[in-house]
Amino acid sequence: MEKDRLIIAGRSFGSRLMVGTGKFPSAKALRDAVIASKSEIVTVALRRADLSKRGADSILSALDPSKQLILPNTSGARNAAEAVRLAEMARAAGLESWVKLELTPEPKYLIPDPIETLVAAEKLVKAGFVVLPYIQADPVLAKRLEEIGTAAVMPLGSPIGSNRGLKTREMVRIIIEQSNVPVVVDAGLGAPSHAAEAMEMGADAVLVNTALADANDHAAMAKAFALATEAGRLAYLAGLGPVRETAEASSPLTGFLG
Amino acid sequence: MLNSWPEGRVREQVLQAKSDDVKRALQCDDLSPRDLAALLSPAAEASLEEMARLSNRVTRRHFGRTIALYAPIYLSNVCTSDCIYCGYATRSGMKGERHTLKESEIHAECRALASHGFQSVLLLTGDAPRVAPIEYLARAVEIAREYFASVSVEVYALDVEGYQRLADLGLEGVTLYMETYHKETYAKVHLKGRKKDFNYRLAAIERAGLGGVRKLGIGALLGLYDWRIDGFWTALHAKYLQKKCWQSAVSVSFPRLLHTPNRYPVEGLPSDREFVQLILAMRLFLPEVGFNLSTRERAGLRDGLIPLGVTHMSAGSSTRPGGYASCGEQTLPQFEIEDRRTPAEVVSTIRSAGYDPVWKDFDHSFHGV
Repeated sequence: MEKDRLIIAGRSFGSRLMVGTGKFPSAKALRDAVIASKSEIVTVALRRADLSKRGADSILSALDPSKQLILPNTSGARNAAEAVRLAEMARAAGLESWVKLELTPEPKYLIPDPIETLVAAEKLVKAGFVVLPYIQADPVLAKRLEEIGTAAVMPLGSPIGSNRGLKTREMVRIIIEQSNVPVVVDAGLGAPSHAAEAMEMGADAVLVNTALADANDHAAMAKAFALATEAGRLAYLAGLGPVRETAEASSPLTGFLG
Repeated sequence: MLNSWPEGRVREQVLQAKSDDVKRALQCDDLSPRDLAALLSPAAEASLEEMARLSNRVTRRHFGRTIALYAPIYLSNVCTSDCIYCGYATRSGMKGERHTLKESEIHAECRALASHGFQSVLLLTGDAPRVAPIEYLARAVEIAREYFASVSVEVYALDVEGYQRLADLGLEGVTLYMETYHKETYAKVHLKGRKKDFNYRLAAIERAGLGGVRKLGIGALLGLYDWRIDGFWTALHAKYLQKKCWQSAVSVSFPRLLHTPNRYPVEGLPSDREFVQLILAMRLFLPEVGFNLSTRERAGLRDGLIPLGVTHMSAGSSTRPGGYASCGEQTLPQFEIEDRRTPAEVVSTIRSAGYDPVWKDFDHSFHGV
């Protein structure tokens, strides 16, 4: 496993678990979860973060930029223009020019807008950003974004915060099969087993937030997700056996024929 | 919306609900209006604790353990309407100076609030478009944006163009209470002025959505009419807005008429238990909708509600124009507040409840201005 690192836009990461920073009850809870997750990519909503008062901000003050890539996200943006402005603002404020593109015009289920996402991704890639778009599990959209030059694609497992797991499994499977950029399953992963399931299928990474923020023991849940992510990856690399409907003996029944 | 659920039908559902209906509602993930009626019914009173547990879980999943903070700035207490429950009404009989903040005073009020850490402000006026016309509101929004990440207004009902103009200047939200969804009561308590037009007011909040406003806040004044029925209609209004203005986030407030002028003693005020039942029932019906709780309510009750469904709280509020920095105690307040703690005290209580106080949840970059 030592050499099995996640590579995004030429940068190498030791962990395949990314963590979101919303909904935590305190800076300490967030810090404990991030440390226990061993995550090296942590995403922060630009609308929540107060970049002018980083020390006092309950999210930014909990993170350590020397250990984690702070990946700004554009959550709350309703169209491409807003998302691009948010990303430019973050870069101007000194954050790295990486952006998790979240374009969710509909506040109830936070389903991403594929059209605006494509438009914004193209502009941001041209402007020199490393773009990781949050998308519906749509294999064609994933390819279109890859062609534009996004550094990864981040299909949703189920709606944000729903904890429902991999409801989009069939489409995610196709995205993984066809993608030339890393596939990060984002949103809806409510239990470590969901993360393991995505990794067993061959996802390159997973992103988790609500499940950690809502746990009673944030650090323990973060560790559980880290182990599940690693276990799922290991199983994928080891090669899972096919699923069968009936029992099958491990020793050949026709062995006596020589 | 009101047509398919007329008063008689709502009342029947609410009054006839049995404990089995309540149990069924509590087992659903996706509640129907019938389930909501059951949770608002007298039969649900026995299930308050279970409703509280579910409400806590649902709110945590959607909002985490966070409480967003905001504060109001009353720009003007001049009012040409005569709403019999309101301190600002022309004939409320309440003593105090009528005043509309000048630009320099708006700056001073903003500065005072921002110094406490607020990043989210609600600008309010009475119903007096001649004294506080749209140009005045637009200027106030521009000034407030110099100090706060998020600016909302709670003013008289506007047309689409009016809302659009403010949204283009960077306004994030509009709050507009229907006061009561019960037409006859509405007519009885709104004696004069443009506000008498029930339909114009009912459609105002969706005009705000059409004008590009991102956050739409609604509510009924609890105590004007039967809270169970007005609560039911408020919840349906929220659902209606979610479909009609699908790009805007809807929020609900729970203003209880604890203080009214002498000429209007409130008869149907929900008790504390009933008030909590209303919030819990609404939370289970509207899991992803923000709930606001103001300083109208006393500290102990507000603190108890932190884990039960409330997501936004005001703190350190004054309901007088100039009440933070410019005018002291001379101007007429709209109503008396109950929770007089400082913002710092409220923040510290939120933290001790295991919740993260959120000051900022919007950014100027969303707007191009």
